[in-house]
Amino acid sequence: MEQLSFLPPTAWSVTEVNRYLRDLFESDHNLGDLWVQGELSNVSRPRSGHLYFTLKDERATLRGVMWRSSVQRLGFTPNDGDAVEVHGSINIYEAGGQVQLYADTIKPLGTGALYQEFSRLKAKLEAEGLFAEERKRPLPRWPRRIGIVTSPTGAALRDMLNTLRRRYPLVEVVIAPSPVQGQEAPLKLAAGLLQINRVAKPDVILLARGGGSIEDLWAFNDERVAYAIAASAAPVITGVGHETDFTIADFVADLRAPTPTAAAELATPSREDLLPALAEIGQRFANYASIQINERRWQIGDLGHRLQRVSPLARIRSDRQRLDEIGQRAATLLRHRLQMQYSQFQANAQRLDDLNPHTVLGRGYAIVSHADGRTIRSAARVQPGDALNVRVSDGDFDVKVADTLRQSG
Amino acid sequence: MTEKLTPVKELTYEQALAELEGLLSLLETDDGSLDEILAKFERGQALVQHCAALLEKAELKVRQLSGDEIIDFEADA
Repeated sequence: MEQLSFLPPTAWSVTEVNRYLRDLFESDHNLGDLWVQGELSNVSRPRSGHLYFTLKDERATLRGVMWRSSVQRLGFTPNDGDAVEVHGSINIYEAGGQVQLYADTIKPLGTGALYQEFSRLKAKLEAEGLFAEERKRPLPRWPRRIGIVTSPTGAALRDMLNTLRRRYPLVEVVIAPSPVQGQEAPLKLAAGLLQINRVAKPDVILLARGGGSIEDLWAFNDERVAYAIAASAAPVITGVGHETDFTIADFVADLRAPTPTAAAELATPSREDLLPALAEIGQRFANYASIQINERRWQIGDLGHRLQRVSPLARIRSDRQRLDEIGQRAATLLRHRLQMQYSQFQANAQRLDDLNPHTVLGRGYAIVSHADGRTIRSAARVQPGDALNVRVSDGDFDVKVADTLRQSG
Repeated sequence: MTEKLTPVKELTYEQALAELEGLLSLLETDDGSLDEILAKFERGQALVQHCAALLEKAELKVRQLSGDEIIDFEADA
């Protein structure tokens, strides 16, 4: 080690250089996420399942690798000479010191004749206005009947039915069975679209097929299918192949879904969203009802208060009290008057008693009368010798007049 | 509530929902008699329950075209 001390102390190891380069690549915004177009060559797929290739154009080449998990999702088998678009990121393979394209998706641009035909038809239909934005029709919010044009035995149909069952089982499904690949497929798909519109009158139609190679999906690049979609009375949602597959049918459709499952999702509201929304509507009802009822309760309370203020009850109460007072006064008065009358009666009785002649006799007076009963009030009425009767308080006795003297008074 | 109402059970989900929305906007703006408000409220609650029941209980109906006929669909037939 001593003898190496003349080396500059700032020398980097190779690992450090390549790691530094990797950091640079990773910090670059463009290189982390890009599409590269070119022709495939040196395609190899060893036992590991990873895919190695070189992408080239007229002037340059770029090494590329695609890991097994992404290769398994590819809908086609890449071959030397294929024109493709590759998506991924650019980085350095540290062990080899090579710049590589790390691919996650490869999109075939078509091999020769197929690709030519695709481009020709696309340009033609576009010129005819079949892809125009204003042709796209809105989807029904609450579809009652959904038409599905697809293979009756495919996984795509099973996926769509499962999705509809889960999301919105209120819908009725009518299937127009049709082959989705092969010589017959375009005609059968177009006829299925026509017939399902005529016979079932669906609110929306799903035109779908599961993933496959570009040749497998080719029926959806047929102009008969394109015209049938354009002529459909119900809006059409396509769900053909995988997310990266674009077909002519997708361009003509009212809506393009990346997969059959996604097409079923786009066609329907979800029960999982609808149930909470319903609960909220119920709550709003309860709220409005209670607001209205409370308002009335308040009105009633207010009216009650106002009514109480004009209530005759208060008057009745005060009248009743007055009545009590009057009654008491009357009773007192009556008692008083009775007492007075009784006293007067007693006084009169006394006076009457005083006037009773017999009472006078008791005080020593006597009543003198002739034998015939005439009371003698004057001395001139008697003659000597007259027999008179004298009455005193406890009896009477007879006397004889001895003499008449004089007249008194 | 003088107009004749379709029994809640006979309404489709879509019809019930449309009626619900109508009732809600009536309740929001209209101050009718208490009887009317209670009737609307009860109808609304019945509609909500009907909709929920439809969603919960519905079984997807699947049929297929056979010529100009619509017949039952049998998977893997």
